[in-house]
Amino acid sequence: MDAAANVSETRSAAEPRWWARPRGGGLLLLAAVIALLPLVLANNYFYEVAILVALNATVCVGLNLLIGYAGQISLGHAGFFALGGYGSAILATRYALPPWLSLPLACAAVALLALLIGRPTLRLKGHTLAMATLGLGIIVSIVINTEDGLTGGPDGMAVPPLVLFGWTVAGERSWYWITGAVLLVTVWLAFNLIESPSGRALRALHGSEVAAQTLGIDNGRTKLQVFVLSALVAAVAGALMAHYAGFITPAKASFMHSVELVIMVVFGGMASVFGAVVGAAVLTMLPQALTVLKDYEMMVFGGVLIATMVFFPQGVVPTLAQWWTRRQT
Amino acid sequence: MGSNWLQFVASGVTSGAIYALVALGFSIIYNASGAINFAQGEFVMIGGMSAVMLLALGLPLLVALPLAVLVAVIVALLVEKLAIEPARHAGTVTLIIITIGVAMFLRGLAQLLWGKGVHRLPAFSSEQPIEWLGATILPQSLWVMGGAALAVVALSWFYGRTLLGKAMRATSHNRIAAQLVGINTRGVLLASFGLAAGLGALGGVLIAPIAFTSYDSGIMLGLKGFAAAMLGGLGSFTGAVLGGLVLGLLEGLGAGFVSSAYKDAIAFVVILAVLFLMPGGLLGGRGSERV
Amino acid sequence: MTLLAVQGLSKAFGGVHANQDVGFSIHAGTVHSIIGPNGAGKTCLINMLSGVYRPDAGSIRLDGVELAGLATHRFAAAGIGRTFQNLQVFFNMTAIENVMTGRHLREHCSLLASLLRLPSLVRAEEACRDAARRLLRAVGLATYEDAAADAMPYGALKRLEIARALAAEPKLLLLDEPAAGLNATEAREIDLLIKRLAAEGTTVVLVEHNMKLVMGVSDRVTVLDRGRKLAEGTPDEVARDPRVIEAYLGAVEGNAGAAHA
Repeated sequence: MDAAANVSETRSAAEPRWWARPRGGGLLLLAAVIALLPLVLANNYFYEVAILVALNATVCVGLNLLIGYAGQISLGHAGFFALGGYGSAILATRYALPPWLSLPLACAAVALLALLIGRPTLRLKGHTLAMATLGLGIIVSIVINTEDGLTGGPDGMAVPPLVLFGWTVAGERSWYWITGAVLLVTVWLAFNLIESPSGRALRALHGSEVAAQTLGIDNGRTKLQVFVLSALVAAVAGALMAHYAGFITPAKASFMHSVELVIMVVFGGMASVFGAVVGAAVLTMLPQALTVLKDYEMMVFGGVLIATMVFFPQGVVPTLAQWWTRRQT
Repeated sequence: MGSNWLQFVASGVTSGAIYALVALGFSIIYNASGAINFAQGEFVMIGGMSAVMLLALGLPLLVALPLAVLVAVIVALLVEKLAIEPARHAGTVTLIIITIGVAMFLRGLAQLLWGKGVHRLPAFSSEQPIEWLGATILPQSLWVMGGAALAVVALSWFYGRTLLGKAMRATSHNRIAAQLVGINTRGVLLASFGLAAGLGALGGVLIAPIAFTSYDSGIMLGLKGFAAAMLGGLGSFTGAVLGGLVLGLLEGLGAGFVSSAYKDAIAFVVILAVLFLMPGGLLGGRGSERV
Repeated sequence: MTLLAVQGLSKAFGGVHANQDVGFSIHAGTVHSIIGPNGAGKTCLINMLSGVYRPDAGSIRLDGVELAGLATHRFAAAGIGRTFQNLQVFFNMTAIENVMTGRHLREHCSLLASLLRLPSLVRAEEACRDAARRLLRAVGLATYEDAAADAMPYGALKRLEIARALAAEPKLLLLDEPAAGLNATEAREIDLLIKRLAAEGTTVVLVEHNMKLVMGVSDRVTVLDRGRKLAEGTPDEVARDPRVIEAYLGAVEGNAGAAHA
């Protein structure tokens, strides 16, 4: 046993440097991509796509914590996204709050909502949880559609631009830097969470709920924390999207949108932060690339989902990572 | 007010009959595989849209209707073979996601084949509303209720009297035991998909004269049918029928007396209430977990 | 000194009375085994003692504190750790991560500190990793440190669960059939491990079928049969008790008294 002890001690001394490990290296790579991408973005359209990717990726990183790491499911996350957007829009227009205030307030309100409905909802598991989150998402969607006095109904409502410290954020380039920074921060936070006791508690409850509890982990509380966190992230992205587009419609709260988000997470990789980013990137750009085949969009998405779950249920990034490590050995 | 009440009940029972058929489909597949088939609603849509298409091709109604149901059944069998069977060992969440993918795929296909337009089947007998006790009832509603009732009776006979039906019941109670007595459980799963699709498509065909059909009419029907199945207790045959009728009535009465704008929300509020308060549904759930 | 006092513990599932009126005391620093034929209610008892099942009646007192009826994670917080008959290893983690998760109760960190990766957290993580490493070494799994749990052999996983349970520094360790499915060599290693734990002062409650292990390592033995306590005493007393022999072997005449291994 002593020889084995020596082996593990020398191994820890030879641990890779922070930038060579997945977390450090990945963050650096992402920062580099975000910083250098403008060199290849030819015009406003490409910037627009990049902004969309950044916002979707942000939501997906949060959702991945819930679905991939904690092993739960949410088929109603578009509801949180839309509520963030509508919340900020309503506070900024009907209550004349400045956007730098309406945005955080709206997101805090969404987090509070998630806290309240999370407790009873997360007691459910598997398909009952899926159904409950689906129901909640659709109710949000219906309310937004119906309360047209407040939300503008099916036609949507206008959203005032974001004004930070006197500077009106306008133009694709400014928004690119803002959404890129938000994505980077979200990824950093996600990595921090995963490599912490809280992150292990999360993964434990996915591994075995019973065992996690016998180790002192309060499963209910852990699930609630990650649920609220992912809801908050979605709300922030939703609010940013609303101020960027200058407009928001109920479609943002639709079941279809919730499903798209889940598809991005599942396709990119469960329990993989970069998987979520890659999944969001690919599946946001795909419809843009397939504008020629716009009619086939839904079929392609459906087909992608089926094929992913049947052939590589862990998603693209983890499957590639496994294939890569297998090639090394 | 009294005649209004009857009106709402009639429309509620009509929708309820369709929800019951869809709910039965959910329960059948749940019993055979433990999975929720989120594509169930799409079979309803396929039934309705195929009937419209076959009718447009010049086939008489009497031929088009059963053929439309057959189309849905064939699609379901293909789906089961190609998308469900390869992943049958996967977890619940994976299977749920696969069926969502199937639903999207079928909807996309329908959009491609039939466009985004809204279609309508002609009523089976007459378009003339019937006056009864002060309420106005469409003859098609009677077709819906009658058709659904007939389907339920036929299903009951199928489960009780035919070998395949009994095999399906056995599999739903204990899959391994069923395999041990020689039941082909994979065949049962295939048959379950076919049966569920057939029931859904029947519902689609029955309701199309009243409620228009289009490529995306499956979503809401599927979700509400699932709500009905959960209301009655997922996996329970009588529960599905009961849940469907109760949900339909709640919707009809709620839309009539409370708010018609929030009619669609009723089903989802019902789902949430059931899930939070009595997850086993009205007739109680099945089984407890063994650690 | 009594560490755990159990009285009148009962649990029924529908018409099946898994445990009826079970009571015993466990003294600190001892190894106490619970044996009985299949269906005697041993695992149900362990589940109640670890808070996984809620007893229908009865009391569970650890160091005088009543635990029955509390949520599962409170049992762990009170100082009870356990392993599982059917492995409940976190297969989505590596071996060392499993053990580090076991130290959850010893890590006091807020969600905010985790999210921002404060220096205090980084230091705590290093200490946690070192502690986990030492535990892995203690159960003989030093070479499996960074191995994915789903790639480890069965015998190693059994020991991993023990390391994970020990990570929380429990007052009382419940081992549910730790030697099940192991060959004679591996079972002997578990035997040595349990003896070492007992020598170091950990109180161990052991559920086992392997009689050789039980007789060799236990200070006291409780026998369950059909949900009730049948007999209790030292290993020798229990082995000679005719009621125990009858429960295991049926009413056999002139049985030459040897306990099977």
